[in-house]
This record gives sequence, C-alpha cells and structure tokens, in this order.
Amino acid sequence: MSNIPADLKYTKSHEWVRTLANGTVEIGITDHAQGALGDLVFVEVPEAGKTLKAGDAFAVVESVKAASDVYAPIAGSVVEGNPSLSGAPELINSEPYGAGWIARMKPNGAPAGLLSAAEYQAHLATEG
Amino acid sequence: MGRRTPLYDLHVGLNARMVDFGGWDMPVNYGSQIEEHHAVRRDAGVFDVSHMCVIDARGPRVREFLSKLVANDVAKLTTSGKALYSCMLNEAGGVIDDLIIYFLDEAFFRIVVNAGTRDKDLAWMRKVAAPFAVELTERTDLAMLAVQGPNARDRVAELLPGEHRTAALALDVFFGRQVGHWFVARTGYTGEDGFEIMLPADEAPGVWRALNARGVKSAGLGARDTLRLEAAMNLYGNDMDESQNPLESGLAWTVSFDNPARDFIGRKALETLKAAGLKKKFVALLLEGRGVLRGHQKVVAAAGEGAGEIGEITSGTFSPTMEKSIALARISRDSGATVQVDVRGKLLNARVVKAPFVRKGQVLVS
Repeated sequence: MSNIPADLKYTKSHEWVRTLANGTVEIGITDHAQGALGDLVFVEVPEAGKTLKAGDAFAVVESVKAASDVYAPIAGSVVEGNPSLSGAPELINSEPYGAGWIARMKPNGAPAGLLSAAEYQAHLATEG
Repeated sequence: MGRRTPLYDLHVGLNARMVDFGGWDMPVNYGSQIEEHHAVRRDAGVFDVSHMCVIDARGPRVREFLSKLVANDVAKLTTSGKALYSCMLNEAGGVIDDLIIYFLDEAFFRIVVNAGTRDKDLAWMRKVAAPFAVELTERTDLAMLAVQGPNARDRVAELLPGEHRTAALALDVFFGRQVGHWFVARTGYTGEDGFEIMLPADEAPGVWRALNARGVKSAGLGARDTLRLEAAMNLYGNDMDESQNPLESGLAWTVSFDNPARDFIGRKALETLKAAGLKKKFVALLLEGRGVLRGHQKVVAAAGEGAGEIGEITSGTFSPTMEKSIALARISRDSGATVQVDVRGKLLNARVVKAPFVRKGQVLVS
C-alpha cells in the first residue's frame, strides 16, 4: 500500500533517514505517516544549530486532524529545517521522501538502531 | 470490527481511509480531506450518513409525545414535511442527544438521531413514549446520503424522473418529503444548500456511483467535520453532552419556553439554571496566529485580565476555507472579546467572533 523506498532507513515512529553525499542526513516522515495524518496544515521545523539526542521531539507536523511530534532518529546537530514547509506544508503529503523533507542533521557518529525498508515494512504490518 | 453501512464495500473500493466512529467503520477521507471540503463549498460532495439512526414515530398521540420529549416545540410544525432541530434533555437539563424531527402527518413523525447515541436514545424514547402509546420503529432498511454544495440539488435532480425531479427541486429549506421511494430533505450539516436522502439500502451504492459520474465528489467524515465547524454547527459528544445544558452550549435558540403549559423534560431544571444566572457562554473563536485549536484545549483570560482559566475549547480545527484555525468554546459568561488558548504549552491569542464562520461559500468573519 504505502511507498517505502529501499534505499532509506526508518524508525518505528515513522521517520525516514537519507544519508547525503556530504555525510549529513536528511529526515522526513514516511508515506504511511503522512497518509495517517491526512492533509498537513502547519509544520514547525527545528532551528539550525540545535543539538539533539536520538528520540528527542524536534519538529511538529499538524494536520487537519491532529498534531504530532517528529522525533530525531539520530543524535547530532541540526544543519537546517526545510524552509519551504512554512508556506507549503502539503509538500509532506505530495512528496514525503522528496521536497517534503523536514530537516537536515549532522550526525554524531554513525547512525545506529535504524530499520531497513524491509524491517519497517514488517513493523507496519504489526501495527495493523 | 465495527458496524458497517450498506456503502462499506463501496468506500473500501474507493480507497477510503476507514476509521471507527461511534462504533461504525466509516470513511474519514478518500484522499485529500481539504479537496473534499472545497468540493462541497464550491460544487458538490456526497457523504455516507447511513450510520445515523432514522426512527419513525407513529400513533394518534405522537405530537403530544414529542412535545414532552424535546426542548424545541413541535407546535411550530404545522406544514407537512417541515423539519425541526432540537435537543432531547434529561430531567437535569443535560443533553441526551440532538436530533431532527420531520412532521409528515398527525400520526407520523420521522426522527433522525446520532449514531453513537442510538441505543440510549431509543431506550429513553421508548420510556417516554409508553404512556402515549406511540410506536417507534428503527428504519435499519434505509441508507442515508447527504449531498451538499451549491450544485448538489441539481446533481441529485438529474437522477430523478420528471415528476419526482420537480417535487424534489420544489422543496423549501428545512423541508422533506417522500419522492417515489426516496425520502428527500433539504437539510444538511455543512452550511451549504443540498439534500439528505433516505433510500432503500440496496439502492445506495448505485446512486453514489451515479453522483460520482456527474462530478459529485465522495467526501468523508473529516470534511464533514471541518464543514460543520465553519458553519458553527454543534457536534454531539464534543460541544454538548449529558453534563451540559443547551443554554450554555449555543443552543438556546432551540429551546422553546413560549408555551407555559408545555412541560417538556428538563424544563424545570433549565428554568432553575436561568433564575440562578448562567455561568458560561458558548462562543466562536478565531485564532490570530499560526497553530490549530483542538477540543479540550484550555482557554484563559487575555493577558492582563488576570482571571486565569475561563473555559475550554469544545471543537477546533483548521478551516480550509479561511486558512486559519477556528473553534467553538464554552467560557465564562463575563469574559472579554479576546482570550488566550493553551495550544501545546504556548498561549496563543484568539478573538471571539460572531458565528457562523462560513456559510454558502462566503467567509462571514473578518
């Protein structure tokens, strides 16, 4: 049903992580998550420079239905929040793995404890 | 697994996201809820409201029964087909449910109540009906479609043969009538013109597809909620329930004290409350900045007024038409024209505005 690109890593709380060529990582929420939230109307992205532990709430996505925290999948510092989302939160609905990315981070060491696409798929199946 | 309407398979086939609503598996959206919302404001959309409960009340004393049962006065119903919106109260003046009553003839009224309250409503109604020997029949054989929007009536009329088409299009606002084997009413819950149609369950999927083929967009409970909130229409269980009275729920207009001899259930309690002075008022709020108001958020007095917590949001959402957040709230009667709302730990300014926010495609709040 929902799209789960094979080249990304995932969390059980429905974030995805993409390692970019320069070593920073790009983070967003999955197609499954955006579908469950419905139309996004506000997004609060983190400020550059903010230091985070894995699991810290670092962004808020708010849909017509509900507000949800987005959790940092890794420890590190924020390089930038996606500036396009304040004017166009719907990018998360239309391109969750592309233009709808939420933040870029400089990781503190190698990312650990993330799920592969197959593991995330299996996790979704257990959530029903 | 929840209860299913006769349109369940059709919703699944249309890739609806299904959710539990009052024990029913219902479509919340078929894709973008905001697009469904706009379709209803600008053109036409169709909702499955078959989970709502249609009850036929028959017997020579049915008007007497309803006069006792509900807070609005069925004496206002003098023309066949006319509908009346009312609350049904308990002895303490708390709201058991809100409902619509259609007057068909002196021995036959039709009542529509909410899905989540149907069992307690029926039990209560049967108890009140007993002395009047009124027969109450649940019409589980019927499906109900709400077709809403500026072009909704025309799209429905296209499905009807000539004489029925004329009859349906001749309906005045808040009237219903039998049109062939459909019951068609010019009512709704969106702030737009349109029809609510009660029809045999097995016909409903075909009618839905025929409406889709004419450009009427499938719309789910998500859009239904944003549309009703823009129209500032109450939702039972959010905006009022048995712990609240209609006078402090924005529903004083539905309570009729005019006939001093009419002893409706809850009247004494409401009169006592009025004599003591009401403490709360029910208001529409517009959020000034960014964020989304939601049910149960705390409302506090504006900065500098020092009164602390003054009430609570009962329903809140993002208005797709206004692109701002709107809400209904129950707050202290003496509070001012601006308030603050605790939105996820931040106090945001909101303004008390005149309801409704949107009606017939027009934003009414500046």
